[in-house]
Amino acid sequence: MHFRPNRGFDHAVPSEITPRSIYDERRALLKSMALGTGGAALAAWAGREAFAQAARPNKLAPLPGARSTVAGALTMEKLTAYNDVTGYNNYYEFGTDKSDPARTAGTLKTRPWTVAVEGEVKKPKVYDLDELLKLAPMEERVYRLRCVEGWSMVIPWVGYSLAELVKRVEPTGNAKYVEFTTLADPKQMPYLGSRVLSWPYVEGLRLDEALNPLAMLVFGLYGEVLPNQNGAPLRLAVPWKYGFKSGKSIVRIRFTEKQPQTSWNHAAAQEYGFYSNVNPNVDHPRWSQATERRIGEDGLFAKKRATLMFNGYEAQVGQLYAGMDLKKLF
Amino acid sequence: MGSAVLPTSATPAAARRRSPLLHPAAKPLLFVLALGPFAWLLYGAIANTLGANPAEALIRASGDWTLRFLCLTLAITPLRVMAGQPALARFRRMLGLFAFFYGVLHFLAYAWLDMGLELDAIVRDIPKRPFALVGFLALLLMLPLAATSFNRAIKALGARRWQMLHKAVYAVVLLGLLHFFWMRAAKNNFAEVAVYAALIAGLLGWRIWHAWRGRAARAA
Repeated sequence: MHFRPNRGFDHAVPSEITPRSIYDERRALLKSMALGTGGAALAAWAGREAFAQAARPNKLAPLPGARSTVAGALTMEKLTAYNDVTGYNNYYEFGTDKSDPARTAGTLKTRPWTVAVEGEVKKPKVYDLDELLKLAPMEERVYRLRCVEGWSMVIPWVGYSLAELVKRVEPTGNAKYVEFTTLADPKQMPYLGSRVLSWPYVEGLRLDEALNPLAMLVFGLYGEVLPNQNGAPLRLAVPWKYGFKSGKSIVRIRFTEKQPQTSWNHAAAQEYGFYSNVNPNVDHPRWSQATERRIGEDGLFAKKRATLMFNGYEAQVGQLYAGMDLKKLF
Repeated sequence: MGSAVLPTSATPAAARRRSPLLHPAAKPLLFVLALGPFAWLLYGAIANTLGANPAEALIRASGDWTLRFLCLTLAITPLRVMAGQPALARFRRMLGLFAFFYGVLHFLAYAWLDMGLELDAIVRDIPKRPFALVGFLALLLMLPLAATSFNRAIKALGARRWQMLHKAVYAVVLLGLLHFFWMRAAKNNFAEVAVYAALIAGLLGWRIWHAWRGRAARAA
């Protein structure tokens, strides 16, 4: 596979190209700055752009985030409706049907909550949720989410780069991987008795993947705290990988030298690899990954849309996999 | 229990006449009932009440109903014999044809909603995936059965050959079960599969037991 360096002109989908009107507006602003009249215009500009437009559904506590400046973090595609984002979930601890978690996740207790950060780090620490909420400024990012099952959504997450936390605990030279363990409490999670997977749910990233600014520690969506069924109180969003790589309700983050044994890889190694990067050219053994259905948008009889390499984030993350055979390391 | 071997002769004609199963409205009523799931799915597709992923819901529901109608069809003979209700046999053909109907619907939903009715994509997709291939084989096997589901076909084939042909339904239901099992296998989600497996094991096991008993009775 051939990877080009990102020169800033790579746009996965046409919707990410800055619209002409906004481009012109920016040119005008620059001109006004040159003329010395920029101050007033800048104030209006900042006010307009500071916070994202995703309208709050007014269901949960607000958690605002400033528009992210991370490259690729703000797709301009149409957002998936809040009801679909919060009503169509794979969260097997709360049932295997996608409508189950919205009904059953009410039993999840998200406070008090701590996350143990440990392993190959110089500064291991058990973080309280309140500390993590204040660790770095909250950003709103609009990511595509591509499920390994062949459907996708566009979700306005609230959180910050996972790298913010990683840097604070100072990984040692031995740290090559990061392992994420999610909550497994049979008292709160009705389906933990099922044998679908071995609990707790474990996921992992390579350290350089975890440090990519797009890898996100998420605390909210649609300008509010995460609903339980979406992985409250904190989860990952790794937008260039299939959704199951982004663990929900995380309780432990461990830095390791060896590649972590992840839950789905353990359950079916031939179907779910450690990397699980979104890749239209590598099919799942039981279905094609070349196309996807955007939830709530593509009509019932509409043709499915093409799945993009690395879910459209190739410019930002492609270099992480330079030289790797992605057919073998799927 | 002589009725098990020769059910018709053992049931008094009067009892048969009284049976609600012979009511003229019984067949139309069953027809309407069997169309119920289809009507419900059609309404759901139009009114958009099938959830966030209506295509997936349609494909799964039509598959579920194919398996259910296959089980219902296979339940007719054991029920007829055990309950001594020969009139039940009147409904077997319709139930079998509804199994075929939902099977075709299941395939069409896949071909249209998942594959965009692109023939070359479908032809490439099915053999690539064993679980899809098994389901497709089951549907193909149902074709000759559905095509010979009228009285003249029985006459043309001869009852014996017709019956031999229609024994293929056992292969159809086992392939269907394998298709469903494989679909759920990766998630180790076998609760529902186990229910169908137990049901089908019972329905087929009863036939083996019944045939063995009949042979033993004849030998004696």
